[in-house]
Parts: sequence; C-alpha cells; structure tokens
Amino acid sequence: MSGELLIFLALAVPLFSALVTYAVGRMPDVRETMTVVACIALSIVTVSMLVRVGAGAPPTMTLARPIAGLDIAFKLEPLGALFAVMASVLWGVNSLFSIGYMRGKREPNQTRFYMCFALAMVGVMGVAMAANLFTLFIFYEVLTFSTFPLVTHNGDAAARRAGRIYLGTLVGASVLLFLPGIIAVAVFAGSTTFTTGGLLTGKVDGAVASMILLLLTFGAAKAALMPLHGWLPNAMVAPAPVSALLHAVAVVKAGVFTVLKVSTYILGPELIATLPAANWILWVAGATIVIASLIAMTKDDLKARLAWSTVGQLAYITSAAMLPWASGLVAGGLHMVFHAVAKITLFMCAGAIFVATGASRVSELGGLGRRMPIVFVCFLIASISVMGLPPMAGMWPKFLLVTAAFGSNEWLTAAAMIVSSLLTGVYLLPVALRALFPAIGDPAPREFVRPGGTPGLALVAIGVTAGACIVLFVLADPIAKFLEPIRTISFVEAAP
Amino acid sequence: MTLFDNLYVAPAALAVHAPILAIAGPLIGACAAALSPGPRSGWIISVITAAFALWMSVAVACDVAREGVMIYVMGGFQPPLGIALRIDALGSAMALLVSSMGLIGAVYSGHALVSDVRAEMHTLFQSGYLLCIAGFLGLVFTGDAFNAFVFLEVSSIGTYALVAAGEQRDRRALPAAFNYLIMGTIGATFYVIGIGFLYGSTGTLNMMDMAARLTTQGDNAAVQAGFAFVVVGLGIKAAIFPLHGWLPGAYAGAPSLVSVFLAATATKTAIYLIARFMFDVFPDTFAFGLAFTQFVLAPLSAVAVIVCSLQAIFAREVRQMLAFSSVAQVGLIMLGLSLANAAGASAGLFYIFAHALMKASLFMALGALAMSIKARKLDDFAGVARDAPWSATALGVGAASLAGLPLTMGFLAKWKLVEAALEAGAIWMVLVIATGSALTLVYTWRIADALFFRSPPPGAPRVREAPVGVLAPLWVLAGLSLWFGIDASLPESLAKSAAAALFGVAP
Repeated sequence: MSGELLIFLALAVPLFSALVTYAVGRMPDVRETMTVVACIALSIVTVSMLVRVGAGAPPTMTLARPIAGLDIAFKLEPLGALFAVMASVLWGVNSLFSIGYMRGKREPNQTRFYMCFALAMVGVMGVAMAANLFTLFIFYEVLTFSTFPLVTHNGDAAARRAGRIYLGTLVGASVLLFLPGIIAVAVFAGSTTFTTGGLLTGKVDGAVASMILLLLTFGAAKAALMPLHGWLPNAMVAPAPVSALLHAVAVVKAGVFTVLKVSTYILGPELIATLPAANWILWVAGATIVIASLIAMTKDDLKARLAWSTVGQLAYITSAAMLPWASGLVAGGLHMVFHAVAKITLFMCAGAIFVATGASRVSELGGLGRRMPIVFVCFLIASISVMGLPPMAGMWPKFLLVTAAFGSNEWLTAAAMIVSSLLTGVYLLPVALRALFPAIGDPAPREFVRPGGTPGLALVAIGVTAGACIVLFVLADPIAKFLEPIRTISFVEAAP
Repeated sequence: MTLFDNLYVAPAALAVHAPILAIAGPLIGACAAALSPGPRSGWIISVITAAFALWMSVAVACDVAREGVMIYVMGGFQPPLGIALRIDALGSAMALLVSSMGLIGAVYSGHALVSDVRAEMHTLFQSGYLLCIAGFLGLVFTGDAFNAFVFLEVSSIGTYALVAAGEQRDRRALPAAFNYLIMGTIGATFYVIGIGFLYGSTGTLNMMDMAARLTTQGDNAAVQAGFAFVVVGLGIKAAIFPLHGWLPGAYAGAPSLVSVFLAATATKTAIYLIARFMFDVFPDTFAFGLAFTQFVLAPLSAVAVIVCSLQAIFAREVRQMLAFSSVAQVGLIMLGLSLANAAGASAGLFYIFAHALMKASLFMALGALAMSIKARKLDDFAGVARDAPWSATALGVGAASLAGLPLTMGFLAKWKLVEAALEAGAIWMVLVIATGSALTLVYTWRIADALFFRSPPPGAPRVREAPVGVLAPLWVLAGLSLWFGIDASLPESLAKSAAAALFGVAP
C-alpha cells in the first residue's frame, strides 16, 4: 500500500464508520460490530504507518491548496504516528467498554453517540497526521465540534451548561489566540509547515517568537493549561466512555500534542531555550501541576478527582515542551502515551463501578473491592502508573522529565513534578485501597444495582489497558528510541 | 493567469459591445417584465435577462483579463466630453459578482415571490429587480463620475420599491422602505454635491481625467469638501457605521429575495465606488484622504465590527441578526480597504465575494424555511432541521462560513484579512478581527443550536422542505462557499488582479 493510501484510509475509515453507524442505527448489534471492525481496521492502518515512519519512509499526502502557501497536507512523523496508534488502539478498547457501559445503562441516543465518536476519530487522525499548522487547526476544530454532542449527551441543564463552557472555552481560545498565532507564523515564516529543528528559527526575533509561543500554547486550550482548564472538570457530566476516551486520550492529548508539535517543529528547541516566554509558561505549568493536584485531593466525586488529576498531568507534557533540554520532548511524548493508557483505565473503572453499583463518590466505595476485585486491582495498577512508580509504565516519562528539568536548571519545575507525584499518591491510592482493604467500622459495601455487576465487555477493556500499563514498562525503551528523531540536540545540552 | 485568459464566450462582434449590452439587456428586460401578462412569464423574462447579463459580464471579464482595461465609448463621443465605460479588473470582478447573484436570485424568485409578494405585483417586482441589476452593472462599469450617480439612482429606485414590496409578509417593510428612501436620497445628494465640487475644481467628470488633473491640483478646500461629500454620501449607501441606520430594517422587512440580492450586491457596489474614488480618482499623495482612511474610516469600521456583532447577538429576529451582522462584515471589509495597500484591498475584495456568498445563502435558506411557517424569531426555527434538512444544512454552511470555520470561504477571507493587517503592522486590527470573529461565533452558534439541537416546541407548525426550485440556487451558493473554502484560486486571482488594477501594481 502506498503512503497516500494509508493516510486516506486513516481519515476515510472513521468517516465511513460514522456514515455506516448512521445508516444501520436501528440495528444495535450490526452498528456496534461495525464500530469494532472500524477500530480494528484503523489500528492496522495506523500501525503500518508507524512502521513506515520507523523505517524512514513517512507517508505524505497533499489534499488541497485553498490559497497559495496554505495547504491541507499530511505528513507522518514519530510523534504523530505514535499519537495515531495510541488513539486508534484505545478507541478500539474503549469501544468494547462503551458497548458494555451503554447497554448496561440503557442510554438513549446511542447511534448519535457512536457516530460522534467516529467523527472525533477523524479529527484525531487529522491532527496526528497534519503536515502544517493550518491542517492541524482544521482537524482540531473538527474534534471540538464532533465531541460537543458527546459532552451534552445527557441533555439536561447541567449537560447544556457544561457544553456551553466546553465550546466557549475551546473555540474561543482557538479563534482569539490560536488562529492569530497561526497567521503570525504564516506571515513571518511564509508557511506553516512543521519543520525539523523549528520553522521559525532564525526568522523572527525574541519578542515575536515569545508572542507566537504564548498564543499557540494558550490557544491550544485542549491542553487545559491554567487558566483555560475550566472546561475539563465541567465536561465530566458526559458518560464515562466519553470521559475515558476523549478526556483522557483524544481531546486533551490533541491539545498537548499540539503544544509538543509547536515546540518541536514550529519554534524549535533552540529558539525555545532562549525565550523568556518559555520560562513563564514553565511557571504556569508548574503552578497548574501543583494546584490541580491539590484540588483533586478535595474532590469526593471520583470522575471530578480524575479530571483534576488529568489537568495536572497534562501540564507535565506542556512543561516538557518548554524545557530547554530537548530530551524533555521525548519524555513528553512518552508521557502522552503512558498517561493516556493509565487514565483511560481509571475512567473506565469509574464507569464500571457506576454501572454496577451506582456509586460515583469516593466515600461510597468502601469495601466494594470484595465485590469487584478485578476492577479495583486494575484501578490500583493504573493509579501507581499515574504516580510514576515502578513497575508501571508511568515511571519512565516522569523519571526522564524530572531529569530533564534538573538538567536545564529548572528547579521549580522539577520540584513541582516531584511534589505532585506524592500528591497523586495521596488522592489516588486511597480510592483503591479503601475499596480493597476496608477499615474496621466502614459501612457495608453497596449492593449491585445491575444484576451481574460489571458488564463483561467492560471488564475485558479494563483488563487490557491495565495490562498495558505493566507491559509498556518493558517496552518503554523501543518507544523512546522511536521518538528519538524528534529530538534535535540543543546547544544547552551539547555544552559541557 | 486566470481562468478567463483563454476563454471566448461570445462572438467577437458581440463581445465588443458586451459592457453596454450587459446594462441595456436588463433595462429592456425590465420594461418587458413590467408589460408581461402574468407572474410566470415575468419570471421567465427575469431569468433569461439575468442569464444574458451574466453571459455579457463573463465576456467582459474575459476581455479585461486579456487586455487589462476595456474602454467602451458611448455613441462615438470621445471622452472626456463623451461618456465612456471603463472596465478594469476590479469592475469586471464586481460585475461577475452582481450578475451571478442576479441570476441566482432570479431563479429563486420563481418560488420566493409566491409567499412574500402580492400576486398582482409580481411582474412589477421583476421589473424593479432587473432595474437593480442594470443599475449595479452600470455603476461598476462606468468611467464617468456623474454617470455613476445616474446608475446609483436607477438601482436605488429599484431597491426602494423592492423593499416596500415586503409589506404583504411584514408591514414594517413600509416604514423601513421609506426610511431607506430618505437615507438613500440623502446619500445620493451628498454624492452629487461632492461631484459638483470636484467638477468645479477639475472641470471634468471622467474619472481618469479627474484623477490626472487632481494630481496636479494638490490639496485645496474644494477638493477636500468634494472628497468628504462623496465618501459620506456613498458611505450611507454602503452602510458604513454609523451611517447604517436604514439597513437592519430594510433587510429584515424586505421580501427574502430582496434581502438575498441586496446583501450580496447593494452595499458591495457602493463599497466598490468608495474604493474607486479613494484609491483611483484621488491621488496617492492626497493627505486629507489618507488621514481620513487612517483616523476616521479604520476606527469607525473597528467600532462597527464590535458593536454590530454585539447587536446581532442580542437581536431577537433572525433576519435582524443577519442584518446587523452585515453591517459588522462591511466593517471588516472596510478595515481591509483602510490599510490603503494592495494586500488590504485584495483581502477586502476577497471578503466581499465571501460575504456575498454566505449572506445570500443565509438569507435564502431563511426564506426557504419561512415559506411553510411564518417564522421570524429564533425560537420559531427550533428544530426545523428535522423536517427540512436540506435548507437547514445550507443555512448551517452559510453560518459556518460567516463564523469563519476552516474549510469554508469565510475562513480564508478572515485569514487573508488578518494576514494583510499583520503585514501592515496593524496589530490592533488583528485584535478587532479576532474579537469580531469570536462574537460572530456566538450568534451563529445560537442559530445552529436552535436549528439542529433544540426540539420544536409542542404545537408548533411543522416546516416543510422547500421545493427544488429553491434548493437548487440555495445549494449553488452554499456549495460555492464550501468549494472556494477548499480551492479559492478563482476568487483569489480575481481579487488580486482587481487590487492590482486599483493600485497600479503587478498582481
């Protein structure tokens, strides 16, 4: 298969899946089978793209050229290929979970639900494969609009309010900040193509580069950097599968992915190392990491706690993108993937608990571990991975990040990361531990509201991602090697 | 260079006279339509005449693309004494816009008039409509300042009557038309006074001649007064903030066909004439004019973008919302022109095309939806997408383009505008455009939310999908908005060469 065909398929498969879902909406079994088939097909496509990138023959395609210098074009590079594989594989896992969850809860409007999911994947694939900022922006917006109906799925007043905040923040930031940033790049550099080593290197002075960096980083509001993080905790009104895939994997990771791409290919590590704005963003990100962890400790609602934890963990990746040490970029890429795997597990566990028992608060979970041991063991594994302790995958990026932060003399960032790691233990570990080992005097665990407890498909999905947390611990090295080309050694590192 | 370079659409004998035929055709058609026996024949005459005008405009565009400038001397009297049509890339691009919108509107009128205008008025309505086309085409073709006034009045008289014809659907059309009549007449009078001043100081009415003599004249009070009167007079017609008072009422009350056609062409031709005077007739060294664009026009346009977008957000009727939005968009176009360079003018012209397409499709889609239900307020449109998906989707496309979503023409238009502003170093302008876009997003989202996500209130009349005769022109407009969002080479090359003609630089 040619590279162009692969790129075409990566966009067409989810799009086609959305259309098929709509067409066969009245037959749930066919509809869901088709979704799973599409997930598998898309995973095959993205994996073969990843292989090609690894072999040094990245697929490229130019789709259209609206006006000169403004192409809709795609080109794979290691970061994007990894993002695409991660999103498509987790889409498959999450679809299994969705089927169990949505049937278990007898949710209405399931056809719309699956359709929007598939459309969101079109957006994710486009973001992952974009060859320039303009293309990335288009699919970034596709992702925003296609996920809006998912966030407001419940259709009640709270969902509508959350939807308004969701759309208002994301679209507002991208129109007011991100788009002017892109246009500034186009004006100063003559194009918006992602270029190894940095498109803007040598083309702009420090003030302009700082302005562009600020516009693009804060404009990518999906990265939930404070103060533009409010939409994420609000979006937790969505059903658990939506939170799992979109707010642990697709949407938020599209945000930090954008930040990583901007830092790697638009400004370039060399330029970033000289910019004061990168320092400011590091401080904001450090503050975000600590504050979000502190807020997460106060939340009793399990999904809200996880959402705040996500806000903090995303800021790790933003920090990675701003560190003068370019090895931070590799760590950021790793964290993007490993955190996604762990966080989707946590969200799916929260959903499984909710379906089985109706419990959504941490204080209601005491002793439930005896009834649902698999779910809580998986929750524990993922918690440890998010904390960054061995033998879980989450350890490596944290280790590399802290190293890079120390290496670039960013003590504040390093301190924030370490403190937050401890805080993560404080707010995540008790959830599983109290369920598995209830203290004497805890009330008796809740009864199942759904006969049979957790749906079987949901259990499979949770098991797969929890297993991945352990397996990736061993596989971290090949992935880091794969990401190596994005790291052009900056002079800060090369200096003795 | 462009698509038109190697295109020969008319026999040479006809192509030579194409400019005057493009004007005379609709004029004759207007008489024929007025005398035609019934609505059906009136409609057929209208469509045929509009198609003829489009054909002639394309012929002119081809000629201009090859020759650069086309001069048509009327009746053999040589300028500067005789009246001449002088068509450059800018004029031919505007003519293409006017006549293609004219044809689309004429096709649409077959169904649109039935619900909006009294049956016995249909033939007269068609007559007025063709008069408008003739006036607008004349306006963009003529090379004579006073002749421009004549065509301005021909088209205006047509539009006053057309707006008033909306009284069957909405009685408020009558005061709105009267308001428009008074304001428009004041504007035209100001324009004539300005021309009088300029004639007094230069002794010529031919625009190119005037330009040549103004270069040697330098600044004096008469020229400055002439400039002020011309720009303010045309500013009323172009609905430049704060001279836009007539527009919201007129657009909201007029029959939907008239809103479609006027939104796409009326203000645009007035903007064309302003640009012609500011950049072509008056010399580049005219300090008064430069100061005016920089310190009056640009700030006012910025205010228009913000204030009128806010008014659109809080408007209760959808058509009023779109009308306020039009004033805001005129502000954006004028922001581009106020940069007073080729990039800015090219961005402004591109925006004119984009805005014509999107606003026409929005008004037409509203008309299509309102055919079966008497809907005015936003709430009346709740959930109509279920019963009329095609009209509603076209409206959604128009709204997306208006909001400047990627893959629509509106996005590229905003892009080019911001690019031009950044190149000129006008950061404040970028901020205004970004804020305006964000505000636009708010009200377009309100429309989309009502149409697609809300459910109709119980007991509301069910909307019926519009007939094919409406959907076809509607989807031509919406489709072009999308097509030019993906491949904008045609409007871009038109805008570029037009701006180049205006500033006398290579495209």
